[in-house]
Amino acid sequence: MDLSSISPVLLIASVMVSATPILLAAIGEMVVEKSGVLNLGVEGMMITGAVVGFAVAVNADAPVPGFMAAALASALLALVFGVLTQLFLSNQVATGLGLTLFGLGLSALIGKPYEGMKSPTLPRLDLGPLSDLPVFGRMLFSHDAMVYLSLLLVLAVWAFLKFTRAGLILRAVGESHDAAHALGYKVVRVRLVAIAFGGACAGLGGAYLSLVRVPQWTEGMTAGAGWIALAIVVFASWRAGRVAIGAYLFGGVTVLQLNLQAAGAAVPVALLSASPYLITILVLVIISARGAHGAPASLGRPFHASA
Amino acid sequence: MYRRTLLAGAATLALTAGAAFAQDDPVKAGFIYVGPIGDGGWTYEHNKARLAVEEEFGDAVETVYQESVPEGADAERAITQMALSGADIIFTTSFGYMDPTIAVAEKFPDVKFEHATGYKRADNVSTYSARFYEGRAIQGHIAGSMTETNKIGYIASFPIPEVIRGINSAYLHAKRVNPDVEFSIVWAYTWFDPAKEADAARALIENGADVILQHTDSTAPQAAAQEAGNVITFGQASDMSEFAPLPRVSSIIDDWAPYYIDRVQAVMDGTWESQDVWHGIEEGMVGIGEISDAVPEDVKAEALELKAQLASGEYHPFTGPINRQDGSVWLEEGETATDETLLGMDFYVEGLTGDIPN
Repeated sequence: MDLSSISPVLLIASVMVSATPILLAAIGEMVVEKSGVLNLGVEGMMITGAVVGFAVAVNADAPVPGFMAAALASALLALVFGVLTQLFLSNQVATGLGLTLFGLGLSALIGKPYEGMKSPTLPRLDLGPLSDLPVFGRMLFSHDAMVYLSLLLVLAVWAFLKFTRAGLILRAVGESHDAAHALGYKVVRVRLVAIAFGGACAGLGGAYLSLVRVPQWTEGMTAGAGWIALAIVVFASWRAGRVAIGAYLFGGVTVLQLNLQAAGAAVPVALLSASPYLITILVLVIISARGAHGAPASLGRPFHASA
Repeated sequence: MYRRTLLAGAATLALTAGAAFAQDDPVKAGFIYVGPIGDGGWTYEHNKARLAVEEEFGDAVETVYQESVPEGADAERAITQMALSGADIIFTTSFGYMDPTIAVAEKFPDVKFEHATGYKRADNVSTYSARFYEGRAIQGHIAGSMTETNKIGYIASFPIPEVIRGINSAYLHAKRVNPDVEFSIVWAYTWFDPAKEADAARALIENGADVILQHTDSTAPQAAAQEAGNVITFGQASDMSEFAPLPRVSSIIDDWAPYYIDRVQAVMDGTWESQDVWHGIEEGMVGIGEISDAVPEDVKAEALELKAQLASGEYHPFTGPINRQDGSVWLEEGETATDETLLGMDFYVEGLTGDIPN
């Protein structure tokens, strides 16, 4: 076994790229769940973002409009879910699954003319002296803007939930919508904003897949990334920092095992591939054994002001 | 995804079932796909063949399909549903549908089943496959001739005989023209996951490979190779010509259309019988995509010569002397492999490193 051909620098750089789509989707979904809404449509919103982002980027010949359009499209799609579940009080689980099915079908339809095309991809950011640092320059400071944006987003979400009044209201709505309503907060409005934010994040994650990570459009290309994002939120027990850890862990294990194989190491591939899920189950067991699961108390429960 | 296709499939079934009454009972052919029809590779070609069947028979045939059906227990449900909806012949187009196909076939003795790339048959279950390893021999030849780092990356899907055959065939022919060549094999454990396939390609490239061979279905490794530059690839299952002339320098193309037309015709005529078909370059089931200009003239000429020899049956890709990985003799000088050993191949040939996962 010769592991010297694995460059740790490139490995970590790859992990950062491969974790970014699920990180974006997961941090968005975490905010949604913090507001007490369970949106299982992450996969559908991601793939819609992937196809819309790709289509717009190809037509505009620039990636940035692609990302913006992806966020917008997925936020709109999420709002369809929002209107159905918050105003018409449809079942959140069923509607979320419906959203995934709808997104997959819609994206296949939109994407047909774009199969096999090449997209403009995001350039690596030049961070001046930082990018020139030995080792760390290549490892951490020569990525594209979205990698940093996703990390900044995690930081922003953490700060928002922990330190701001609006964040406190969002958490209150998620913990007890009746109490929040009694205090005069607009429960439905808060949730709709959170849902739209979650959609926009999932859209960015999807667009990152089709514009940077793969980069091309293929039908069904998210291949379950949205479900992994949902798992990460649970794994992270609804905390922003742990979402980042979870995303890097999930992304990291995949890249690590592929690299180990490429270098010729004898690794139990199936076991390594399954390990993030095993860890998630383990975390769930530990959480429930401790009795404090960290899930917002109103998660998935419908709210109506009359009740 | 599964639910979507289930719903879409159910809708199609309902529509076609309605139409069936209106017509003079056309033959209904069903197709079960492992990926989406837009994958640009494996499923794309099967679907192209389905369309060819429609084209050939017009109103005399109806086709239904269900895409992205997971291999394993879930497949049984999808196949059962298709049989219940009145399909006369069902093509299950992935290795992992083998046991589900056999199980459903037992319950529907009047329905004909065609399982791709498997080895279990019954009175109403045929198997069919293509000798992809012939195409792999040509890929190996080009890859061995063109690599500069002497490292060839191979994205494998699942450790099944078909994939192992491909690896062995490519390796033997790369080694023949370039004794220093080394293979790095990555098992992706998926047929279709563009992000993972791209990651696998990148991992191989970062580890020094300058040729990527793939046995997965999407075009993502091609895109990753293109991005890296100085890497060559081969189209898999479909031509993937949108990546020509570089990185894609040639391809293996699966052409299922003649076979599907033939089998649907047999159902119409009432002559359908269970059989085992394994066609190669000669019969046209395995096509070799155009070898691009990025390949040096002499290498291209050699590759075409090899193709001609394979087509005429003059040369067998597994001709001894060939040893197994552990050094034991597999084929004596001049001996060629029997189909039986090839169909059950579960070992690497001598020179390949690493173990086959189980």
